[in-house]
Formats: sequence, C-alpha cells, structure tokens
Amino acid sequence: MEQTSNVVVQPVDKNKIRGIWKIAGILALITAIEYAFAFMMDAGTLRNVIFVGLTIVKAFYIVSEFMHLGHEVKGLIYSVILPMVFIVWLIVALVELEGGAVKSSRGTVDYHPAGSEQVDDSH
Amino acid sequence: MATTATVGNKSLWAGGVAPLKASYGKLMMWFFLLSDAFTFSGLLITYAFLRWSAPAYKGDPSDFVFSTEYWPIPEKVYDAFPGVHGQEWPLIFVGLMTFILILSSVTMVLAVEAGQRMDKKGVVKWMLWTIIGGIAFLSCQAWEWSHFISGSGVATIGDVFLNGRWVENYEIMGAGLSFNQYGPPAFAALFFFITGFHGFHVFSGVVINIITFFNAANGMYERRGHYEMIEKVGLYWHFVDLVWVFVFTFFYLI
Repeated sequence: MEQTSNVVVQPVDKNKIRGIWKIAGILALITAIEYAFAFMMDAGTLRNVIFVGLTIVKAFYIVSEFMHLGHEVKGLIYSVILPMVFIVWLIVALVELEGGAVKSSRGTVDYHPAGSEQVDDSH
Repeated sequence: MATTATVGNKSLWAGGVAPLKASYGKLMMWFFLLSDAFTFSGLLITYAFLRWSAPAYKGDPSDFVFSTEYWPIPEKVYDAFPGVHGQEWPLIFVGLMTFILILSSVTMVLAVEAGQRMDKKGVVKWMLWTIIGGIAFLSCQAWEWSHFISGSGVATIGDVFLNGRWVENYEIMGAGLSFNQYGPPAFAALFFFITGFHGFHVFSGVVINIITFFNAANGMYERRGHYEMIEKVGLYWHFVDLVWVFVFTFFYLI
C-alpha cells in the first residue's frame, strides 16, 4: 500500500462539472413541471401525452449525457436506439389500440358515481 | 458484394479495429441493458394493457373512494408520508424518492469523471455518495411497501377469493397478491411486481457499487491503469435511474 503511485491526477475541468450539474438541474426542472401538471390539470388523454412526452425528454438527457451515448459513434447509438423505437411502437399499439379494443369488446363499463352526470364518451 | 464495398468500409469492419469505438466490456453492458429494457418494457406493456382495459373512475376526483370495481386514481393511493398522519400529501414521498435517485445518478457521473482523471480520492468519495443514495432509495421503498401492504383509512368492502372459496362483502385492508383495498387485484399485483423488480435492480446496483467502491479504495483500478469498471457500473446505475423515470410516470402520474 505504501508504494505511493506515480499516477498523475489530472486537474478538474470546471466546465465539465458545471455541465453535469446543469443536466441534473434540467432533470429536476422537468420533474417539477410534471408535478405542476399533476396538480393543476385534470386527468385525461392530453395530460397523459404530456407526461409521456416529458418522460421521454428526461430519458433523452439521462441516456445521452449521463450514459454518454450522445458522444459515442453513430453505429453504437443506432444499435441501441433503433430496437427501442420498435418497442415504443409496440407499446403504443398494445396500449392505445389493443387495450381499448379489448375493453370495448368485453363490454366493460366505466364507473359513474350516483349523482354525477352521465357523459357518453363511447368511442 | 465484397467487390462493391469501398476500401474505407472494408477496413472498418474487416477486423483489427473497433468499429463502434467502445471496449468489449462497455459494449456488452450496453447490449445487456438493451435486453433489460425489453424486460421492463414487457412489464410496462402488461401494466398499461391491463389498466387501459379495466373500468375507469369517471366521477369527480374529490368524491373518489376505493373500490375493487374500478382502477384507483394514483394520487389517492400514494398520499402518505412518514411521520405525517391524517393528512394527504399526494405524491410528495415518491417525489422525494425520485429526487434521491436522480442525485445518486449525478454523484455516479462525478465518480466516472474522477476516474477518467485517475483521481482515486474523487472516485472513492463519489462512489460512497452513490451507495448512500441507493440505500436511501431502498429504505424509502421499504417504507412505501410496508405502508401499501398494511393499508390505511377505511376498509374497502368487496367480494374476495379467500382460502379456496368466495367470501362476499369482505372488509379488505391493505394489499396482498390476490386482493387489495385500493382497486382490482391486478393493481397491487402489478405494483409489487414492477416496483419490486426495479427495487431488486437498485439492490443489485448497490451491491455492485459497494464491490467497485472497495476495489477502487484498494487501488485495484489504479494499478490496472484505468477506471473503466466504474464507467461500466455507472452505465448500469444510470439505467436503474432511467427505468425509475418510466415507472414514476406510468405508476404514479398517469
């Protein structure tokens, strides 16, 4: 242990550190925006789309900057991103189309509490 | 085909060079994470499919009560905070958990950055913070699970399948795998499965972080001449954070 190394520690690049904290700030800001929507906007398809959109923005910053994928060569970027694009396609298809189709073909009825107006939103 | 290939392309993929300019270990970590992302996608697809095909609550959110007949509003389920009784703090606790995990991701980036500068002290310091963040997150999750399982408020009346037969008008308190007070059985089952699977990833991440922390502190990577192991472990840790971002949106916000 005592044979102290001849390893040269390179000096800190202040800009790089500042950049890392900036990304952290962006992630915190997006989460705060999500909370603002969660508390100030009524639930609905539009709000869900906003949530998923903001989530993908957050995912972009984590993958591109924290995981450094944005700074790799194109071949590596595409071999990771392209399969995920197809998976997202599958998710959208299964959730929006299949989930809704199964619900309507089963004849599942949404719950309307007594006294609340019956809104016909069959589609 | 070979005859049409240009000289530049041929030399790139004909061996002797690394076309993706990444080491074997990093490349394999990327493809492992890709396959892990497929697994989580499968779980999230199942969740979303079951939820979108279940009956929804269409009344005023302020009148909402739990029932096994329809899917609950997440804010009404996750409104507890340790030490706070009788008040509703919707989503605040899970916000804290998100904050902890993002911060531990930042400290991991700082550890990787220190490793690239061969700064052993920096690596050890930031790895320690990352481990603390991971353990803090796991502790929060343990509290959340125990609260979710024991339940709170008024018991929900519903028909349940208990000890081999159907029981009508049973008072359901808390949550188990077969039924729960918050909504349809699938609600709690999916909660346990998906947050549990993510929590297990966090746990294994913490274990791997601890191993690399000791290796770095003992000078193993310094003798090796590079801190690439920290970068590979970092990739895994960021992936855990990434999955949480999606779990947070699909489970708690939507």
